[in-house]
Amino acid sequence: MALLTVLAAVAIAIVRQRSLFGVVILSGIYSFVMASVMVVLDAVDVALTEAAVGAGVSIVVLLATLHLTNATETAPVHTTLLPLFVSIVTAAAVVWGALTLPPFGTADAPIHKHVAPRYLQQGVAETNVPNIVSAVLADYRSYDTLGETAVIFTAGIGVMLLLKRRRRRDNGDMPGPSV
Amino acid sequence: MSQDLILRIGAKLILPFILLFALYVQFHGDYSPGGGFQAGVIAASMVFLVAIVFGLKAAQRIAPKALVEAMVPLGVLLYAGTGIGGLLTGHNYLDYAYLAADPPIARERGILLVEIGVLITVSGTMTALFYAFVERGR
Repeated sequence: MALLTVLAAVAIAIVRQRSLFGVVILSGIYSFVMASVMVVLDAVDVALTEAAVGAGVSIVVLLATLHLTNATETAPVHTTLLPLFVSIVTAAAVVWGALTLPPFGTADAPIHKHVAPRYLQQGVAETNVPNIVSAVLADYRSYDTLGETAVIFTAGIGVMLLLKRRRRRDNGDMPGPSV
Repeated sequence: MSQDLILRIGAKLILPFILLFALYVQFHGDYSPGGGFQAGVIAASMVFLVAIVFGLKAAQRIAPKALVEAMVPLGVLLYAGTGIGGLLTGHNYLDYAYLAADPPIARERGILLVEIGVLITVSGTMTALFYAFVERGR
């Protein structure tokens, strides 16, 4: 609960911060707190990913992006009423949907009755891999992981093409900032 | 930043351990938390550290740009190729049964192979993204 309070405080600080450098640093803090929450929930694999990706690599990439753009957020041109309305409605829908979920940690919740028992009971015997997360990720749900890897590949290729094309145009015969 | 002695020595001391930790997370992922995604990001962060402390040229001596960009599709191909191996030997796609006679050992090897594929793509993509951003800013 204390961690979730810190999480909410950091999120509010991110929203109110106008300096993008501060936003980047705060989002790193957010990721670290989120990783701690995942450790508390016994999801150590997710926590490791969150700490490495969210708090580590993405901060460096975001700082590199700040190097290319302005470091302060411009004031919004439109009124914030419509986004606020959409956010509140979405949040209300999520909370309303979550009300009917079984309480956290219930042993007979549907997600613990479907395929999870078989993975836990047969997983080590079938795959020789004691870490069930790895077994599910790379064996039972191998198609999904192939898709995830393809997503990373696609995103990487996309960003590289975007940044490189712009650069070539800068070096071309178009003087002035009128691009 | 390359003039800062403490930073340079400290980075030099910590670099091999970052790489070692990445390999540990990768190959011990069968027994402890971790796997290709996490290991790939940690390995890429080692290259980031080199680039930040010693400069982009030093980083690209360790991880040449051409190699990094080749790794992006290579990992996906290794992953998908592992699946195609199953098709060629008369099994389902991504069925690892052809890798060994004993099914559990075959699946263990299959997991290892696809995790290496994930490692290659993730570390390559992260490093290539970093290079793209940094070189654009020059």
